[in-house]
Amino acid sequence: MLLITCPHCGPRAQTEFSYERTVDSVVQPGAAPAEAMARLFTRANPRGLDDEIWRHTFGCRAWLVLTRHRMTHAITAIRAAGPEALP
Amino acid sequence: MNGPRRGGAAGAIRFTFDGRALLARPGDTLAAALLANGIGLVARSFKYHRPRGIMAAGVEEPNALVTVGAGGREEPNTRATDLFVYDGMVARSQNRWPSLAFDAGSVLGLAAKALPAGFYYKTFFGSAKRWMFYEWFIRRAAGLGDAPTAADPDRFTQRAAFCDVLVVGAGPAGLSAALAAAEAGERVMLVEQDRILAPSLVRDPQDLDPAWAEATAARIGELGGRILLRTTAAGYWDDNLITVSQRLAEPGEPPAGGIAQRLWHVRAGRVILATGALERPLAFAHNDRPGVMLSQAVRTYVRRFGVVPGRRVVIAANNDDAYLTATALRDAGAEIVAVLDTRPVPAGATSGFPVHNDAMPLATKGARHHLREVSARVGGKVMHWRADLLAMSGGFTPVVHLHMQAGGAALEWDDASQSFLPGGARQNVVSVGSAASVAPVGPTPPPENPGKAFIDFQNDVSLGDVDLAWAEGYRSVEHLKRYTTLGMATDQGKTSNMAALGRLAEKQGVAIPEAGLTTFRPPYTPVTMGLLAGRTERDAGAHLRRLALFDVHQAKTPIWQPLGYWKRPRAYPQGGENLAEAALREARSVRTAVGMTDVSTLAKFEVSGPDAVQLLELVCATTVGKLAVGRGRYTFMLREDGLVFDDGTVWRLAENRYLLTSSTGGADRMAVHLSYVRQFLCPQLKVSVVNVQEHYAGIAVAGPTAKAVLAGLIGEEVPRHMSAVGASIAGSPVMVLAASYSGERAFEIYAEASLAEPVWNACEAAVTAQGGSLYGMEAMEFLRIEKGHLVVGGEVDGRLTPHDLALDKMLNKAGGYIGAAGLARPGLTAPGRKQLVGLEAIAGTIPEGAMLVTALGQPAGGHVTAAARRVLESGSIALGQLVDGFARHGEELVATSPTRSQSAAVRVVAPHFYDTAGERYRD
Repeated sequence: MLLITCPHCGPRAQTEFSYERTVDSVVQPGAAPAEAMARLFTRANPRGLDDEIWRHTFGCRAWLVLTRHRMTHAITAIRAAGPEALP
Repeated sequence: MNGPRRGGAAGAIRFTFDGRALLARPGDTLAAALLANGIGLVARSFKYHRPRGIMAAGVEEPNALVTVGAGGREEPNTRATDLFVYDGMVARSQNRWPSLAFDAGSVLGLAAKALPAGFYYKTFFGSAKRWMFYEWFIRRAAGLGDAPTAADPDRFTQRAAFCDVLVVGAGPAGLSAALAAAEAGERVMLVEQDRILAPSLVRDPQDLDPAWAEATAARIGELGGRILLRTTAAGYWDDNLITVSQRLAEPGEPPAGGIAQRLWHVRAGRVILATGALERPLAFAHNDRPGVMLSQAVRTYVRRFGVVPGRRVVIAANNDDAYLTATALRDAGAEIVAVLDTRPVPAGATSGFPVHNDAMPLATKGARHHLREVSARVGGKVMHWRADLLAMSGGFTPVVHLHMQAGGAALEWDDASQSFLPGGARQNVVSVGSAASVAPVGPTPPPENPGKAFIDFQNDVSLGDVDLAWAEGYRSVEHLKRYTTLGMATDQGKTSNMAALGRLAEKQGVAIPEAGLTTFRPPYTPVTMGLLAGRTERDAGAHLRRLALFDVHQAKTPIWQPLGYWKRPRAYPQGGENLAEAALREARSVRTAVGMTDVSTLAKFEVSGPDAVQLLELVCATTVGKLAVGRGRYTFMLREDGLVFDDGTVWRLAENRYLLTSSTGGADRMAVHLSYVRQFLCPQLKVSVVNVQEHYAGIAVAGPTAKAVLAGLIGEEVPRHMSAVGASIAGSPVMVLAASYSGERAFEIYAEASLAEPVWNACEAAVTAQGGSLYGMEAMEFLRIEKGHLVVGGEVDGRLTPHDLALDKMLNKAGGYIGAAGLARPGLTAPGRKQLVGLEAIAGTIPEGAMLVTALGQPAGGHVTAAARRVLESGSIALGQLVDGFARHGEELVATSPTRSQSAAVRVVAPHFYDTAGERYRD
């Protein structure tokens, strides 16, 4: 079980968090159908680092963006969500 | 084995084994007590029902599995070597009939040649019918103990702990490591699966002894360290989380404090594994006979338990452990008739025992209960000895399970000890003591009769089975494991994996490390289900969300219906009514007079701010912007892929303040969805979303006289359909929304939850005065099915588009809502999609959940999503999804439910059965 350092609450057990989706799956309003479908259904699934959206569901409920390694689970960056957290 | 092997008093702890009353001494394991009572035969093997005794003295024991305890405390497949006897313990052997000594299943052993590895795969490749026929016999013949059926009366708890250093294993290495960490000021936790500290020092006292262990533990305790005995680190997870199971009572034993076991989640800064090493058996014919034991285990029985498992002993080994055991046995009065050392001269030359070098056992002979003779090849010749105990040692395997579970860990092959040693690891973990290095071994000659040379005693896998799997083309160690079942079941191959790996490598002509390893998975030793469930058993398994008016309903003794974590009244039966009768009366009351029901659980969100409408038009697929203040409308929401996932209503309460309602079941999901939209899709909007689901309690009043009831309650003009007004009832401020789910003129009255009870009471008095009644969810279901209203989770199942649900005319023409892009996919408008239809029975009753077929035996072309009877008239009706259903009105189909053995002829119709002109809910 991962230990995730919430920027608001500090290190907490993974069971307090929920994984929501990858950052590259976010479909902005007004996206063209082709782009929207590519983001939903043909995402990259890198064997390495990826940006993911999580939520501190049973803590401060904040949305978080994690950079997590898909093989080792190592979390190299974690930041509170906001427009600046999105690429 | 025949007769007691222990001097002194028999002990005072009473227990039974297979109904036989026996005595044990304090501190005895069941295995030790059975040996002390001269019982050598304790189990039948898994597949061939071969007689088996006790081979080991620890958790690695593959043979001696017993069922212990009675009733709800019964625990099957418990290792007799890992079970301390308590007064009144009831243990029995497994997998035998009618008795352990005379087991009918042992004829399978005579037919062992007919039951090779992969037997089931080969035999049951054919038709399913054949398998069904054999299955009954196989389930009876093979296997372990039976699962208990009664509820466990004891409690299992869970705890979290944090430490700088977790040390696993309280042997000399673990104690030393824990002491060093504690002296350095670190928070230390030390766990030991045995019930005593440093059991290896009792077995082999050297310069350190049990007194040192006690003193060291005391010092660790003084420094603030926590030591848990009878506690096993069973699983190693990410970020140094170790799950640790602590026994507070022995298996089957009534726990003194009511708690049988405790599961610890330990988050450690670093982990020190002092988990020791396990001895490996040697492979030779009939090496599984009672009386053949591991060398170190024999020493444990002699020194720790005072039990001498044999009087005339042959010891066979490829390492020096043989001489330690020989010494212990000689000191205890046993005769060492031979030490068979696989190593050449001068190994053992100075030991003073009758050593034979270049020697390897060939076979054993004996009866069911005991060993009689050992034969061996010594150099070029075959020799025989009469013996009642054969102690064997094939070297040692470090316990690397936790190291490997740590993930990304590596093992390094050590040729001298013929074992894998823990290498580097991604996590902060290190192994010490014999978990990190073990003594070198000599050669291990292959058996001359591999078919009878068992390596996995628990699964009856011989070296011959490994050869067979190889011959049949199984090359990968993972395939070998699955084909032969080697390394499976409760011991997970603790004593067998290395032998199999060695054989496989030999066949492949490669070094052992190149043959690969199977995955080490948690738990290290079996964990009971109750421990994993912890306190979440029985009623504590799920939360109960109480309605604000829960007590008001409870006083009317309704039939409750679970809805997610909520409980809602399903019906309020009167005078001996059953559910169907009560629901029909309640529904008729709504159709003919007036009814009221609790709708508090609906999802409710207050959306306010200058940009509120922009957020709503993003979330809702319908237009919201044109809504006048004080008006509301139906709405629905799409996922990004264009499919409908929820519906509800949106109300404009003030210029920049809206109320959005949606389904009860989707309430939590909708809250997350709205939060996501705010954070990621429109963070720039000036809008606030507040979840007010439980802030308000809701009461729906519906029926032809509902308007009159409302007029009496709020004393002002009642709002017209889809309008909202603020008012006051019984002194509590309320919000009245005129919306109908039943098809009748109806109002939803919302009051702050804490003020809702007087409002309910006033409404109930007014409704009763009008000749109306309360109604529950069952009546609501009757009403809405007849009216053709949708339910999220029923008709709206996440697979239909607005078009499929005939909602497409309401879509916001300007687009811009979530899901608009997804809806553009051509597949969502192609023919062949399921569409919402109504169904009316031509004859019979439409079964719930039925599939729709053109005739019995034909493939399903749709299904019934909700079925009911007409409220005022007779007849069975339903809503359903049907392929191309819009174009099939008038068609006759069969609604059939094989699980209910019920069918009905149905006609496809429009999904509206009542007031199709829509006149009743308007003024």
